Amino acid sequence: MSTVLQDAPAWSPQRHVAPQALLFALCLALPPLAIAAAASGAVSIPLSRVAGLLAGVPAGDDQAALWRNVLLEVRLPRIAFALVVGAGLALAGAAMQALFRNPLADPGLIGVSLGGALGAIAAIVLGATALGVIAPAAMVGSLAATALAYRLGSRQAGVAPLLLAGVAINAICAAAIGYFSFRANDTQLRNLTFWNLGSLAGARWDLLAWLSPWVAVLGTLLLRDWRAMNALLLGEREALSLGFALSRLRRRLIVWCALLVGPLVAVTGTIGFVGLVVPHLVRLPTGADHRWLLPNTLLGGAIVLLLADWLARIVALPAELPIGIVTGLAGGPFLLWLLARRGST
Amino acid sequence: MTCAERSRSRRLPRLLGAALLLAAAAPALAQRVVTLGGAITEIVYALGAGDQLVGTDASSQYPAATAALPKVGYYRDFSIEGVASLRPELVLASDQAGPPNALAQLRQLVPRVVVLPAAPTLEALLQRIDGVAAALGRPVEGTELAARIQDEVKRVARAPAGRRVLFVSSRGGRLEAAGSETAADHMLRLAGASNVMAGERGYKPISGESAAALRPDVIVTTTMSVAARGGLDAFVAQPGIAVTPAGRAKRIVVMDDLLLLGFGPRLPEALRQLQAGITAAP
Repeated sequence: MSTVLQDAPAWSPQRHVAPQALLFALCLALPPLAIAAAASGAVSIPLSRVAGLLAGVPAGDDQAALWRNVLLEVRLPRIAFALVVGAGLALAGAAMQALFRNPLADPGLIGVSLGGALGAIAAIVLGATALGVIAPAAMVGSLAATALAYRLGSRQAGVAPLLLAGVAINAICAAAIGYFSFRANDTQLRNLTFWNLGSLAGARWDLLAWLSPWVAVLGTLLLRDWRAMNALLLGEREALSLGFALSRLRRRLIVWCALLVGPLVAVTGTIGFVGLVVPHLVRLPTGADHRWLLPNTLLGGAIVLLLADWLARIVALPAELPIGIVTGLAGGPFLLWLLARRGST
Repeated sequence: MTCAERSRSRRLPRLLGAALLLAAAAPALAQRVVTLGGAITEIVYALGAGDQLVGTDASSQYPAATAALPKVGYYRDFSIEGVASLRPELVLASDQAGPPNALAQLRQLVPRVVVLPAAPTLEALLQRIDGVAAALGRPVEGTELAARIQDEVKRVARAPAGRRVLFVSSRGGRLEAAGSETAADHMLRLAGASNVMAGERGYKPISGESAAALRPDVIVTTTMSVAARGGLDAFVAQPGIAVTPAGRAKRIVVMDDLLLLGFGPRLPEALRQLQAGITAAP
């Protein structure tokens, strides 16, 4: 109980904005931002023509044909990817922070991210080149690492053992990644960085076709658990006395987060900081009521990753920055600010 | 229909086809070209088509004219849209170009994408030259260049037998030695030297102690590796390097990274420098 009170300033700060108003604002902001992102990039497309180009282009208009191809083949799948991946990562981050009752938790804590990277990297070094092999390997790695962390960490009561098991599993995964990088040849080494830094450049409609419903289903399952997450906010004993079966709730949240994040890691690599930072961005102005925090985080994550990818695409034209650099550059200082603010209150 | 008539009626469409082919080939000489990969860019320049380039990747740093071209990122992680924004009619890409699936996406945006083998071997270099020359519509220049390179490579003298050579590069402060199946190993073999790391595969981090245990007579490295250490003296003074026969006698051959490891059209020149360096390292 005392820790909850101690954490209170940073954990559930004073509300400045009604969460419903934020939800409304985010819903309103998303479409124009997505359209603006669709219009800008290395090939500049007039904003006014985006909708017209999607409908079709007159025969013989080479310029418009290129614009349409860029939109359909490169930019739109990428924007959709950013929205889906950002939403999934941020939501999983919020759920992890609720579960561990720790503002510094993120999906990577229980091994999902590094386990996935390890799976992908092992597959590459053992000779796989096709995404059809590497992505499933990443997913198996994610789930196996999480399952192991959970099994070892849930033998004792409380989340501390789980947290420590996660730290240990992450350390082992990092060491194994190091070993595979050591064994990798030159080409493989370059492919590894794709999974280590994360990238949305592999966006494709066929990947989106199964990724979007997957994220939608698991997102809904997590959103429905807002009451349990609110109860956890009070403390474990309090949640228990409110009638929540803690160990089952814990297992459920972990399984859903792992299933949600595993495939995201499999197709984009490890994109850092979205899962950690976005829930805080939402919680600071609107408070920690998960009924609103979760949908706001989901939309916020989609928008943050959309903006990060937009920046990554346009600051170094005609080249592109790795998105991990953009999210890290925005997320690192934010985390420092969060810590400084926590120290001063 | 007589026999002669039939053959004439067959010939006519063929002639027409040839004329169409010529017409199609003519604008090929004025193409806007983007290259992805340093060796490919060098080949384009060597074939005299450098003025057709409208963009290239970050690994293309030779000749000096490449500095003026827009860069679409490193070829293993290039920006698809960045390439498309340069409106190329032809993209010449290494088969190592990425990210995954990027070349397939690029094919939707660019009329022609030609993928060339990236392997660090003489055979692959000849294939690269052949492929680039064909794509640029300069087969004669391509054949000439390939023949000249083959001829010059044949005439490079071999390094004295039994000279033990170690290739090291310095990545992020630690030493990495080249085992078999690396560009450096292929260069050493072409120059007739024996690679003391041939038992290992790929580039491997190496401790000072193992460098000493390999007892190389000559150490080959790159300008960037020496610069990363802060000069040749500092490079030689590293623990391990300092106690090798090569380190004690200061027999260190330093060559430009792209020249030594790029497997571009400057291969004969690189081999001559390497061979001379190994034979008479100061």
